[in-house]
Amino acid sequence: MAVPTDTVWKWLADIPDPEIPVLSLTDLGVIRDVHWQDETLVVTVTPTYSGCPATAVINLDIETKLRQCGIDKLRLEQQLSPPWTTDWLSETGREKLRKYGIAPPVGQSGSAPASGGRIARLTGGDSLVVACPRCGSENTEKISQFGSTPCKAAYRCRSCLEPFDYFKCH
Amino acid sequence: MGGSNDKIASDILFEWLLRRGDTVLVLGHRVSEWCGHSPVLEEDIALANVALDLIGQARMWLSLAGEVEGKGRGENELAYLRDAWDFRNVLLAEQPNGDFGKTLMRQFLIDTFQVLQLKELETSADPRIAAIAAKAGKEAAYHLDRSADLVIRLGDGTPESHRRMQDALDQLWSYTGELFTSDEIDQAMSDAGLAPDPASLKSEWQKTVDEVLAEATLTAPDSAFAHLGGLTGRHSEHLGHLLAEMQFLQRAYPGATW
Repeated sequence: MAVPTDTVWKWLADIPDPEIPVLSLTDLGVIRDVHWQDETLVVTVTPTYSGCPATAVINLDIETKLRQCGIDKLRLEQQLSPPWTTDWLSETGREKLRKYGIAPPVGQSGSAPASGGRIARLTGGDSLVVACPRCGSENTEKISQFGSTPCKAAYRCRSCLEPFDYFKCH
Repeated sequence: MGGSNDKIASDILFEWLLRRGDTVLVLGHRVSEWCGHSPVLEEDIALANVALDLIGQARMWLSLAGEVEGKGRGENELAYLRDAWDFRNVLLAEQPNGDFGKTLMRQFLIDTFQVLQLKELETSADPRIAAIAAKAGKEAAYHLDRSADLVIRLGDGTPESHRRMQDALDQLWSYTGELFTSDEIDQAMSDAGLAPDPASLKSEWQKTVDEVLAEATLTAPDSAFAHLGGLTGRHSEHLGHLLAEMQFLQRAYPGATW
């Protein structure tokens, strides 16, 4: 008696991301597929960053949640390709981030670089306007490309003077 | 799926995968040595995050290497239970951190190579290699953004920062040639459509490095001499010390987990 996969997706939408708990795993876009293979539920998960320490916790949380929901036969598969991108963050996820004080990714990942130069062409460039999630001002500056986690950069708002995290495009 | 690739002998593919995995593992460990010691908090976090990305990439390459080898060794056995002569990283990756400037110069020289190589690997005839490259390539691009920016800011900074960056470049330059050496393993990989010949990446690397160094007001030594050996297991004395620290726990307490 297989549970419909729609129901499984709803359960997965209740699991918070271990590092940014306002987001659920489905907001984050890391669950790539849910299907039944005979009697076994197969959940395909993609890592955000290859060295992200949360990956193991995410897998454990999925397993714990689904077992609580009565799934006995369960297999988690990792899928690297296509690589995870912040483009897969859901709209509700972006709004939740902003309310939480983290500026959501600006623009699309891999969009054409705005600046010239060989490095910018190789790397996708880096001349973004990131609005402050607290006061909305666009008068902000980057302090460090890497913030408290690999997926965030540290910014400062010149208007309200508060520091904030920016969830980088990836 | 499975561990086979009919385009190439598995021992050649294994060696090539070790070169990828060991280079990012050893560099990642080096960078992690800065944790808690960086000049400012933001840089401490940035370096730790770069190290984390590199070690994550090493896990992907070494897991695949273990699978290809087919002797039951996984990422952990390959990382923790091989000795220096079994490592296949480039010598540049194992060079000591020196000061902050030298660490960033080393990072910039390798990042530029990584970005170019990974971009080519995304179209590898082996989908497993292509998938890892697509994942790692995005991270390498971010690392290069940062390391190039800091090389320019420090090179074109104060007389003291300029002097340190020029010293770093002078010390590291002779280790860059190894990145572009090409042997029978590279040839076989290239012939099978699995990987670019490293020599083919040289001119693009040179142009990118030249552009950044010019903006940083730094001058690369006018020498083509290259230290070689890392890719075939002949390392500088620094690797043994690095492994002694990195492997200590698994050597002293075999099989320890947490």
